[in-house]
Amino acid sequence: MSFLEILRFAVRGVTANKLRSGLTMLGVLIGVGAVILLVAVGNGSAKQITDRIAALGTSTLTVQGTGRAAGTGITLDTALALQDPVLAPDVKSVSPVVNASSTTITYQGSDHAVQQFVGTYPTYFAASNSPVGGGAAFSQDDLDQGRRVVVIGRTVADELFPGTDPVGAQVTVDGALFTVVGVLQNKSSASGFADANDVAIAPLTAVRQTLTGYGPVNSVVVEATSPAKVADAQAEVSTILDQRLRVASTGAGSGAGSGGARGANATPYRIQNAAQLLETQTQTADTFTVLLGAVAGISLLVGGIGITNIMLVTVTERTREIGIRKALGAPRGVILTQFLAEATMLSLVGGGLGVAAALVGSHFTIVGVRPVVVPSSIVLALGVSVAIGLFFGSVPASRAAGLRPIDALRYE
Amino acid sequence: MSEPTGPGPVLDVRDLTKVYGEGEAAVHALRGVTVAVERGDYLAIMGSSGSGKSTLMNILGCLDVPSGGRYLLDGVDVSRLNDRQLALVRNRRIGFVFQAFNLIPRTSAVANVELPLAYAGVRPAERRRRALAALELVGLADRAGHEPNQLSGGQQQRVAVARALVTEPALVLADEPTGNLDSRSTEDVLAILDELHAAGRTIVLITHEPEVGARAKRLIKLFDGQIASDVRQDGPAGPGGPGGAPGDSGPGDRLGDRPTVPLERIP
Repeated sequence: MSFLEILRFAVRGVTANKLRSGLTMLGVLIGVGAVILLVAVGNGSAKQITDRIAALGTSTLTVQGTGRAAGTGITLDTALALQDPVLAPDVKSVSPVVNASSTTITYQGSDHAVQQFVGTYPTYFAASNSPVGGGAAFSQDDLDQGRRVVVIGRTVADELFPGTDPVGAQVTVDGALFTVVGVLQNKSSASGFADANDVAIAPLTAVRQTLTGYGPVNSVVVEATSPAKVADAQAEVSTILDQRLRVASTGAGSGAGSGGARGANATPYRIQNAAQLLETQTQTADTFTVLLGAVAGISLLVGGIGITNIMLVTVTERTREIGIRKALGAPRGVILTQFLAEATMLSLVGGGLGVAAALVGSHFTIVGVRPVVVPSSIVLALGVSVAIGLFFGSVPASRAAGLRPIDALRYE
Repeated sequence: MSEPTGPGPVLDVRDLTKVYGEGEAAVHALRGVTVAVERGDYLAIMGSSGSGKSTLMNILGCLDVPSGGRYLLDGVDVSRLNDRQLALVRNRRIGFVFQAFNLIPRTSAVANVELPLAYAGVRPAERRRRALAALELVGLADRAGHEPNQLSGGQQQRVAVARALVTEPALVLADEPTGNLDSRSTEDVLAILDELHAAGRTIVLITHEPEVGARAKRLIKLFDGQIASDVRQDGPAGPGGPGGAPGDSGPGDRLGDRPTVPLERIP
């Protein structure tokens, strides 16, 4: 009996019971499709996280004063000293930042407690990767004149100006009148906890004048000339800060020598590097991927058990048929080849449909995540499913074909 | 494997025993059966339930193996054959008709009949021709495309008979072929067996119906795994069956009284 002949037998076997074959293929389809799609969703969300972090800007440094006592913080002078073409050639811009805490913006009776009210320099928009969508950012002139203008985030705009254009409107910020000049572009949240769009940005001078007073700045956003120069810029910034803060603390300290001791204890500032943040977040994303890999592995297992089940049932149900075929003089090899061919067809067609279903499904956004298909997951899912299908399709068939015809015929 | 031509019995069973289970729970289904069946004979085996007749039949059909004794089929010791050779023997030398028909479900009648030919390596066109001829012989040419569940019990059994004889086996074994059939279908099936006998085929039949046993040329009664009686029946077979003494007729020189289709049409 030729191989082609056996193949024809297998096709006839598959088509003889369409419901059973259909269910078997569905089992494989779901097994394969679920794994590919799950991994794709996991990969998609990991990618989303990475993209969001990249959106924060990778060429910036954030300098924060850590000194608890008064007079130990970074003053505006110190901050501006970081912009030094000689001592710090790799620093592109310096934006001192003051944060007004618990600020409420009021407009025509409705008010909104803004999460972050920032007073800074115009360079902040570029450094913090927050481009202005509607209207315009404030200018250096606004800063110099201390004009009370503000650029608000998308959330603030939606809260206070539903359906209307906020540009040009007069809002009250804790009693001080500000004019809205621009709205930031929608920004994705890097951490999920804080809403990056719930923000208002105003000139540093105006904010100090009306809200925070003239204390030290909360932080300084330093932009390096390029992402590759971040480390150099950080070193230069550290040098300048060490120099200036030690002088400042010695000057402010009352006892001689105590300043040196304090300086040795700890640096009174902290530099956060976006690249470091990125690294940390990438590690988080990796953990996430491992977690999803585990989920995928479990679903592969579950899918595999499903395939095992249906294959075992299918073949066991046909033990009698195998008995009949043996009684008619079918050699064991022919029966085996037929069942192996049937299992191959069912697994491959089911698996192929599963891959197709997963590829189609990955074009839709699932629970807010755009899935990104990992090619290796296709290979893995298809390979494992087909292997399981073949194994559990052929092993019981082999067992049945090895029985004496009478035992197979009597099988219930 | 060529058609057996040599003299000697087709079936030669010596001191055959079959034991199911072990130790105290052992059941002796056959306790030393010795029988020889000549070429062209028509043998009926009768016996009550549990007398071992089905066990004997399964061993004769190479579906089961004996616990002891020798079984020569056409002079070949079957116990020495390996799995492949056994498959060949089942395919070429034996046509088996089951009580439960045992057609492959959801497969057309003609495809069922073709099956043994397919395993014998006959080409598709030739296979189809012979299968249709065999179906015509059992009077079911117009039902060739029907699946088993679209056929009555009698028709299914006739398909099974067609399947058993399509390979032109020297030996046709029928295990209570009429057990599940009404009297009219029984008559149809028996008439076909009579024709086969007339055409020179060796037939071994199991039954528990005396009127079926009466048509055979030789009747063996089994009791408790042993042969209780072995009689030649000279009397006229039932309606449609050929008369005359058994054993002395050359194969194929007589047909039944009312052959539906000339047997020469079986290729």
